[in-house]
Amino acid sequence: MTLTKEDVLHVATLARLNIDESQIDTFASQLGKILEYVETLDRIDTSDVTPTFHAVDKSNAFREDSPTDHLDRESALGNAPATEDGFFIVPKVIES
Amino acid sequence: MNLHELTIHEAQDLLKTKEISAVELTRAVLDRIQAVEPLVDAYITVTEALALKQAAAADKIIGQNTARALTGIPIAVKDLICTRGVATTCASKILENFIPPYDATVMKKLTAAGAVMTGKVNMDEFAMGSSTENSGIKITKNPWDRSRVPGGSSGGSAAAVAANMCLGALGSDTGGSIRQPASHCGVVGVKPTYGRVSRFGLVAFASSLDQIGPLARDVTDAAILMQTISGHDAKDSTSIDTPVPDFRAALTGEVKGLKIGIPEQYHALEGISPDVLSSVKKAMDFYRDAGAELVDVSLPHSQYAVAAYYLIAPAEASSNLARYDGVKYGARDTGAASLIDMYKNTRSAGFGPEVQRRILLGTYALSAGYYDAYYKKASQIRTLIKKDFETAFSACDILLSPVTPTPAFNIGENIDDPLTMYLSDIFTLSANLAGIPGLSVPCGFSNEGLPVGLQLMGNYFEETTILNAAYAFEQATDFHCRRPQL
Repeated sequence: MTLTKEDVLHVATLARLNIDESQIDTFASQLGKILEYVETLDRIDTSDVTPTFHAVDKSNAFREDSPTDHLDRESALGNAPATEDGFFIVPKVIES
Repeated sequence: MNLHELTIHEAQDLLKTKEISAVELTRAVLDRIQAVEPLVDAYITVTEALALKQAAAADKIIGQNTARALTGIPIAVKDLICTRGVATTCASKILENFIPPYDATVMKKLTAAGAVMTGKVNMDEFAMGSSTENSGIKITKNPWDRSRVPGGSSGGSAAAVAANMCLGALGSDTGGSIRQPASHCGVVGVKPTYGRVSRFGLVAFASSLDQIGPLARDVTDAAILMQTISGHDAKDSTSIDTPVPDFRAALTGEVKGLKIGIPEQYHALEGISPDVLSSVKKAMDFYRDAGAELVDVSLPHSQYAVAAYYLIAPAEASSNLARYDGVKYGARDTGAASLIDMYKNTRSAGFGPEVQRRILLGTYALSAGYYDAYYKKASQIRTLIKKDFETAFSACDILLSPVTPTPAFNIGENIDDPLTMYLSDIFTLSANLAGIPGLSVPCGFSNEGLPVGLQLMGNYFEETTILNAAYAFEQATDFHCRRPQL
C-alpha cells in the first residue's frame, strides 16, 4: 500500500491538520507501512461476521429526565481562549 | 523505616495505630519526589500544598477513628484524569493550560475514600504510545535503568510507583497502557473489565477500549485501589451496573484446581526474549506445583489483533480529538484569518507527531470509500477475537502469557518506527478489543536486571480470579519486594 502526497494532504484537510512540506514523505511512508500491515486482515473472510463496536453488550442507558447540578456558565467558559458576554468567540465565519 | 517505601496496606496499618501520621507520610513522599524527580521525570505537576492540606485533614479523621479506605494514602494520578482546579494536560501542548472545572468520577471516589493526591504524572500524549516518549512535556526514565523507557502510555504512573514517589497510582489502559509499563517497571498493574470503572472525566482516546485502573507495589494494594474506583456511574453510559466484589477478601492465595489456559499462539510467537520466556515458564511451573491445571487453549485470530487495533483505536481517536479546535478550551492560534485556518493552525501546533499520525490514520480509515475496507473490517475481526476468548474461557478460568515480548527497550530505539512500536503491544491489546480484565504482576528479571511481568487475563468481571492467582504467585516469590536503586 502506497500513499501518495495527495492522499496525505487530502486526509490532513479532512482532519483539519496542516502538514509541513518536509513531513509529507515521512507521514506517507509511515502510514503506508501501517496500511500495508493491516492488509493482513483481508486474509479472513468476514462477509458473515457482525461487527463489534462495543466490547460489552449494553443497550441504551436511560435516566429520569430531571434537572441535576451542572457546570455554571462561568466554569464552562473558564478555559476558553476567547469569550464575550457569556459566549465563545470564534473568528469570523461568514464572508462579507 | 523510610515511609515512602511503604505499601498502601502497610501504611494503613501504621496510620490506624497512629505510629505514623498522614502528614509525615505525605511529607516523606513529597521529599522523595523532590529528591528523585530530576532522575526519573515522572511528574508533570506536583500538588504539594493540596497534598499537605489533604494529609492534615486525614490526620483529623484518623484522630476521630473514622478513617475510610484510603485515608492519608498518597496517590499519583495520570494526567488525563480530570482533577478540579488542577491542570490536566494529557501531556499535550494543546491542553498545557487546561484546568478542569470538575472531577472525574474516580477522583471523586478517591477523595471520598480519603486519599491524598501527590500530583499528576506523565504519559504519552493523549495516551498514544508504548514508551512515554510521545509526551509533549518530558521523557520519563525507567527507574531500573534510566537509559530505558518506563513503557507507556502510563509510564509516569509506573515509574512513580516503582521509584517510591507515591504509594499507588491511577493509569488508563487502551491497548496495554497500564499492564505494559507495570511490567517494564516491576510493579502490579490492572486493567479492569470494560465498564467496571467509570470513564466520566477520563479524557477520551478510544472510547470503546479505554479503562482506568490501578498501578501498585503489590497485588493487595491493587485490590484496595480497585475497590475504591470500581462501580456503576450514571454519568458514564458504558459503565455496567453489576455488583462490586470484595477484591481484597478474594485474595486467599489458593489456586488448587484453577484451570489456567496457555494460549498456543502467544507462546509460539517469534521474537520473545529468552529472559521473558524463562520467567514466564517458571511462573507456569509454580502454578502447576501449586495444584493448578495448565491447559492448552487456542486464540486463532490473535495474529490479527494488532492490525484490527491500529484501525479501531485511531478511528475512535480521530473522532474524539476533533474537539480540540481552539474554541472551548486549550490553546488557540490567534494569527489565522479564517475559522478553518484557526482549526488547522491550532491543531498542528498543539498535537505531537504520533497524535497527528494516528489522527491521519483514523481519518483515513473512516473516510469515504475506505470505511468498509478498514474500520468495518477491523470491527468484524474484533468479533472473532472476542469469540476466541469466549471459547477459551469455556475451557479455562484464566489465561497466562507474557505482557510484552521484551523487557524495557532503550529510549529512542523505536521512536522512528511506529509499526515496530505497535507490534510490541501484541499480548495486551486483545484484552481491550474483547473488553476482558487483565493484569501484570512481576515475575522475574532479565540478565540485565530489568523487570519482567506476567500477564493474567480473566473472563468478564472476574478481576478477583486473576488478582487471587497473581497474589498466590506473589506470596511464593520476592520479585515485587525489589526496588530500583536511584
